[in-house]
Amino acid sequence: MPAVSKGDGMRGLAVFISDIRNCKSKEAEIKRINKELANIRSKFKGDKALDGYSKKKYVCKLLFIFLLGHDIDFGHMEAVNLLSSNKYTEKQIGYLFISVLVNSNSELIRLINNAIKNDLSSRNPTFMCLALHCIANVGSREMAEAFAGEIPRILVAGDTMDSVKQSAALCLLRLYKTSPDLVLMGEWTSRVVHLLNDQHMGVVTAAISLITCLSQKNPDEFKTCVSLAVSRLSRIVSSASTDLQDYTYYFVPAPWLSCKLLRLLQCYPPPEDGAVKGRLVECLETILNKAQEPPKSKKVQHSNAKNAILFEAISLIIHYDSEPNLLVRACNQLGQFLQHRETNLRYLALESMCTLASSEFSHEAVKTHIETVINALKTERDVSVRQRAADLLYAMCDRSNAKQIVAEMLSYLETADYSIREEMVLKVAILAEKYAVDYSWYVDTILNLIRIAGDYVSEEVWYRVIQIVINRDDVQGYAAKTVFEALQAPACHENMVKVGGYILGEFGNLIAGDPRSSPLVQFNLLHSKFHLCSVPTRALLLSAYIKFINLFPETKSTIQEVLRSDSQIRNSDVELQQRAVEYLKLSSIASTDVLATVLEEMPPFPERESSILAKLKKKKGPGAVSVNELEEGKREGGELNGGGGERGGDNSTIAASNASTPSPSADLLGLRTGPQVSAAPPSAGSLLVDVFSEAGVNDDGFLSSAPPSAVSEDAAPPLPESNELLNKFVCKNNGVLFENQLLQIGIKSEYRQNLGRMYLFYGNKTSVQFVTFTTTVSCPGELHPQLNVQAKPVEPLIEGGAQVQQVINIECLGDFCEAPLLNIKFRYGGALQNLSLKLPVTINKFFQPTEMASHDFFQRWKQLSQPQQEAQKIFKASHAMDTEVIKAKLLGLGMALLENVDPNPENFVCAGVIQTKAQQVGSLLRLEPNAQAQMYRLTLRSSKDTVSKRLCELLAEQF
Amino acid sequence: MMRFLLLFSRQGKLRLQKWFTVLSDRDKRKIIRDLTQMVLSRPPKACNFLPWRDLKIVYRRYASLYFCCGLEQDDNELLTLDILHRYVELLDQYFGNVCELDIIFNFEKAYFILDEFVIGGEVQETSKASVAKSIEEAESLQETMEEYLSKRTY
Repeated sequence: MPAVSKGDGMRGLAVFISDIRNCKSKEAEIKRINKELANIRSKFKGDKALDGYSKKKYVCKLLFIFLLGHDIDFGHMEAVNLLSSNKYTEKQIGYLFISVLVNSNSELIRLINNAIKNDLSSRNPTFMCLALHCIANVGSREMAEAFAGEIPRILVAGDTMDSVKQSAALCLLRLYKTSPDLVLMGEWTSRVVHLLNDQHMGVVTAAISLITCLSQKNPDEFKTCVSLAVSRLSRIVSSASTDLQDYTYYFVPAPWLSCKLLRLLQCYPPPEDGAVKGRLVECLETILNKAQEPPKSKKVQHSNAKNAILFEAISLIIHYDSEPNLLVRACNQLGQFLQHRETNLRYLALESMCTLASSEFSHEAVKTHIETVINALKTERDVSVRQRAADLLYAMCDRSNAKQIVAEMLSYLETADYSIREEMVLKVAILAEKYAVDYSWYVDTILNLIRIAGDYVSEEVWYRVIQIVINRDDVQGYAAKTVFEALQAPACHENMVKVGGYILGEFGNLIAGDPRSSPLVQFNLLHSKFHLCSVPTRALLLSAYIKFINLFPETKSTIQEVLRSDSQIRNSDVELQQRAVEYLKLSSIASTDVLATVLEEMPPFPERESSILAKLKKKKGPGAVSVNELEEGKREGGELNGGGGERGGDNSTIAASNASTPSPSADLLGLRTGPQVSAAPPSAGSLLVDVFSEAGVNDDGFLSSAPPSAVSEDAAPPLPESNELLNKFVCKNNGVLFENQLLQIGIKSEYRQNLGRMYLFYGNKTSVQFVTFTTTVSCPGELHPQLNVQAKPVEPLIEGGAQVQQVINIECLGDFCEAPLLNIKFRYGGALQNLSLKLPVTINKFFQPTEMASHDFFQRWKQLSQPQQEAQKIFKASHAMDTEVIKAKLLGLGMALLENVDPNPENFVCAGVIQTKAQQVGSLLRLEPNAQAQMYRLTLRSSKDTVSKRLCELLAEQF
Repeated sequence: MMRFLLLFSRQGKLRLQKWFTVLSDRDKRKIIRDLTQMVLSRPPKACNFLPWRDLKIVYRRYASLYFCCGLEQDDNELLTLDILHRYVELLDQYFGNVCELDIIFNFEKAYFILDEFVIGGEVQETSKASVAKSIEEAESLQETMEEYLSKRTY
């Protein structure tokens, strides 16, 4: 036991502490403590009144026991008694006990507040400070109620001692933070600002913390502090290192005060007054210059203090973000620190550069350090520094260096610390998506990610790759091929199996032509992983299997065999069993048509904020998400949920599958159709709906409705090529509608009966944002009563390289010939862009195929024999006359292609019904190719002359 | 502002805990456990800063004791190292060559000295002389050692 060097030795306490330290075991310690507690309790309850010293000693022992981590449920009253002792040490221990062990016992609080009140009015600065410290330490609402009025008075009173002012300022700050409503602004506030001029540096140091906090909340009221702060800072920065005597810390004049002044200035924009601003810029330059001077001391304290000011100055420069010269100097300074031998400085430089990277003035300057940062990622010994390096790479990434950075991050992931892997994975996934120029690179990157760090690839990441593959048909074949190859690995991560199952289930057909990846090979490959997977993955695979049955009828018997096996159909897991039973039944009962409808390719996902970005923000805490983005999300959510009610009676309301992520339980049957679907289980008894309810699949869909689109009057006339563009889409629903140097418009659409939904993807091909981006869709002239087109609003701003999506709901009321017009206006670098296109909505989109036998066909054909019911065209082939291509086009047209109907096998006949709201128009088609002449004869017959004519026109351009 | 300051030994024994915001005992225990584990497992010469939840952790080892504090995002890490150092200097000035045992046996003094230096998580006085003066003044209000030694112990 060491001798107590000073003050009031409490021998009993020292003995007790010593005993505790000598305890050999936890049990012994507890025993000793219980003995002590019993002793103290008996003393407190004893008949004999305890003297102040004993009380203090026992209270102090209780405090010690509490700080060891044991509960204390008595002694509070004795501690409160100590507060009113006139012996300083007794009072001090009383206050310490209260500060550490305060409880909200109201009786006690009243007594404590009384004691504090007495001490505050004692005019003894030492007692006053003790009381103020206690208020600051406890900071409870009751104390704020009692003292929030009194403390400002103490703070600004002329006769208050400096040390009391300091305590009062910080005590008030604490109360303001806990109960801002109780600290009322008033006459004192203007006087507080002038404490910045106080002669006593300690008073300024304490007061400035209060002023900073008040300024953040009431910037206008405290505006005058800016010029005061600048002049104070200027005086400190220009003073010699010895001028400030005791406020000089290791040769650095007033580092705490300097930093707090710089921090205060960060509550405001750059000073408007030219002179003040000039003085401030001078200060900042001086600080930057001093960083280059040789150190005045080798002590680390010296460099810490000096660099603390430097980093705070750089924060201010970044905050202003308006002085390119200072920003670049700051960046260079940080660049030096990146290679500094002090780990702390490297860490802070990386951190600070992250914010510099987002300034347009310094982004390029930051990028020049890429090699150093990559090197830091590879060689830093400290994980927190490596993490900062990864953060900075993420921040400095743009189109020009994305491939390099993503590659480096991927290779780092192989050895990365477990603690940061998940975040790294998210970042790689986001960068890969954000800067994907070709989506095959994106797919490669994500599959690599799963291979390297599969365990850390969260659901969001693999959902996202599927969303993107589904929404971009240019990458689907590649994705299928790549994932097929990845699945060849003998051991692959379950996430890879999920992605593989999903993608092959949707797009396996795109690679099925190659015998090495024939349908059966694909199926066997997937199924070889089945038994190693968890239940949710198996469920997903079962869905992929049923999709296979639809895609590849030749796999049907094999897959049915699998579904029928006991391990599936009698699986103990209800979900798996149900899927097996239902899929088996579905595959055996449903006709190919029904199967094809039910198991149709997934519709595109609505473009939303990337789910992984949201996840990263969540991981990083709310601070990382800007308010705008949050509100955006809220607005979107509200609209989705509220919109249905508003327009619930409107027939044009189309239910959209709006799940932003494919939930494994709703994967196959994501789209609801039908004109009157509501959020409640649908009553329309179509087979499709039955399958839904039978399969017990959750309906993740929301109701959405589109506001009527405003028709703009000054829209540009349609582009000359728009008819040509329109023709491109007669036989297909997806693809690139339009592209110029600035803008790319992609399109995805789907139709059911007389309803359609179109997704337009507006891609900004430049690196500059498009602003006031607006689109209007209109139905000119005669089209208006025939077609109801509603466009959802589109984001008014498209960042460089970004893509936004617009959903358009279409309802066909009657047959029509014209196409709706899409007008797009936006500003690119100040210039207004205005272009109009025809939306590829053509009458054939509303075809329902009709299967019929030969004699039915000819019977109908004959029924439609009036001359105006027929339209015919003979035209020269403009493409190679390949039977398969012709078939594909006719199928794309939307009619049923009837085999074995026409006596001439070279000819094609089709049948279908056009569904409009007003009527159904049956149509028959006959296409007779003449290979020698390279000509076609096309004949259309339908119950309505305009339809025959229009179809004939449209089709004549297709072959 | 500083949210909390913890002092713990290399063995993970907590020697001082100062909380500048209101937290439940459960939260406090969790923070103490997490941070002692995290800081003690760091290699020597590692960076003195690390991100943790929404806070910046700044720690430094002096002999057998770790000084560790949690900062808000806009606090200055280097300056906080200076705060820790200044606190050590103040303890040193009071105890004369301070060691862990001084803080164990005179824990209340360590708290008092901290109160003179930092209030509500903000530095109130950076001058060593001024803090020392406040402490001196307080000491002068104490009874003499003789007065105490004459009292019954235990």
